[in-house]
Amino acid sequence: MSDVAASVVSIQGLTKSFRTGVTALADIDLEVAPREFVSLIGPSGCGKSTLLRIIGDLVTPTSGTVRVNGKSAHQARVDHDYGIVFQDAVLFDWRTVARNVALPLELLGWDRGRRKERVAEMLELVELTGFESSRPWQLSGGMQQRVSIARALSFDPALLLMDEPFGALDEMTRERLNLELLGIWEKAESTIVFVTHSIPEAVFLSTRVVVMSARPGRISETIEVDLPYPRNAMTHEAPRFFELVTAVREALAAGHGGRTYRDTAPAMEER
Amino acid sequence: MTSVAVERRPARIVPTLGRLATFVLVLAVLWGAWEGYKWLWESTGWTWPFLVDDTTMPHIHDILNAFREPVTAGGPALIHPLLDAAWFTAKEALAGFVLGAAFGFALAVVLVHSRLLERGLLPYVVASQTVPILAIAPMVVIGLGSKGVEGWKAVSVIAAYLTFFPVAVNSIRGLKSADPRAFELMDSYAASRWSILWRLRVPASLPYLFTALKISATASVIGAIIGETPASIQDGLGGAIVNFNQYYSLQPTALWATNIVCAALGLVLFGLVALAERLMLHRAPEHVA
Repeated sequence: MSDVAASVVSIQGLTKSFRTGVTALADIDLEVAPREFVSLIGPSGCGKSTLLRIIGDLVTPTSGTVRVNGKSAHQARVDHDYGIVFQDAVLFDWRTVARNVALPLELLGWDRGRRKERVAEMLELVELTGFESSRPWQLSGGMQQRVSIARALSFDPALLLMDEPFGALDEMTRERLNLELLGIWEKAESTIVFVTHSIPEAVFLSTRVVVMSARPGRISETIEVDLPYPRNAMTHEAPRFFELVTAVREALAAGHGGRTYRDTAPAMEER
Repeated sequence: MTSVAVERRPARIVPTLGRLATFVLVLAVLWGAWEGYKWLWESTGWTWPFLVDDTTMPHIHDILNAFREPVTAGGPALIHPLLDAAWFTAKEALAGFVLGAAFGFALAVVLVHSRLLERGLLPYVVASQTVPILAIAPMVVIGLGSKGVEGWKAVSVIAAYLTFFPVAVNSIRGLKSADPRAFELMDSYAASRWSILWRLRVPASLPYLFTALKISATASVIGAIIGETPASIQDGLGGAIVNFNQYYSLQPTALWATNIVCAALGLVLFGLVALAERLMLHRAPEHVA
């Protein structure tokens, strides 16, 4: 991690075209400062998941520069500068909860004792102490996703990339996990880039909401969320919360050719 | 289906008893069907599709009795030479099974890492199985025999030839079966190919591998039996089958008894694989085959 308070993510003039000729992303410029919580929101096919994967060096851009922690995205990946959480927990069935959380630590060559200690800390953070030796399939969807978050944070990455992490969960679980995520974000002092389909979720969580439009995927507007932290259940009822939700909805509608934007069902993003 | 970790111990006894009851019931029904068919055809004198008498369809109790009777006057009871033969064939089958499974899995690991090799080699892997084993067996036995390899080892190579194919084909699928996002996850950690192989591909492939191993377990027994024939190996079940075939009209029960031993050997190997699977796989209940 660099001491300089430079951007954690710095993207300039990024475009991504697929071999099929489809332009997934065009002219993307984005800076994410340390400790920020940035949500990417937009209709299906706006390339928000692709953008997240480009930051993580899982997809290579066609042109433009991507710097993560002041390094190339590739170097950042090799240096384990980020953790990633997908829509599904993507836990390994053949490992216990504890060994799932320890997976990145094994790859980093941590010794057994240190791994065990850290896994205990992480499970405490996501409130799953006591489930160390459970199998993933014995847990509920929400618990599985918490394991996945613990795994992503276990090696203390500067950046957390989250691709619709709560999209497959029911509304009540989602709201509870939103609150927990904010708590974790504050404790872990990490920077988060968060892809979502849900406007209230984006507003509730973020310091900044990046609104994208489709065909080609562009950033159409960036909305600063000036709601104070710590946010809680009351935040959902604050007038300012509704104003910001409306602002994001209008930005989405504008980017959608003026049509009314409806919160689309979590569909598969293009890869 | 059976061994969910959440399940309590006492609950397990009931399904086990139920299984045993089903097994006995099915056995009784099969027994009854055989004897019923024999009785009906014999008493009516029907000869379609074949003549039924004590030579074509001996009584099951006669077959079972044959185990206790010596084949040649004054010799040991049939069960003794049959068990010796079964042990001999089991050795060949087991060696072939291990050899074939190891080769098949190694081949799959190589092929999933190179699309070029997979496209280039897979057709030949498939073609290898369209060649009748009876045509290959003499070549293997004579070829290896000229290099001074013992007969039973050559036979185990033939068993391996039947074993490697299902293992290779299923392992290729299994090694590719993990969720694409699991691969992305490993990439996000900049995991090496080796690490992805051991921590993701191989564990994900195990259910597929065990399915293949169950097929291969029985196939290896057949490979060993068939391999003994052209090798003129007299010590195994293949030798016993050839031998009793010649005296079938005189002593049909000896061949049937041998068949039972062959089937039992296949079942034992199958059971060992199923046991290993149960011990090694801790999967979601819907994945437990």
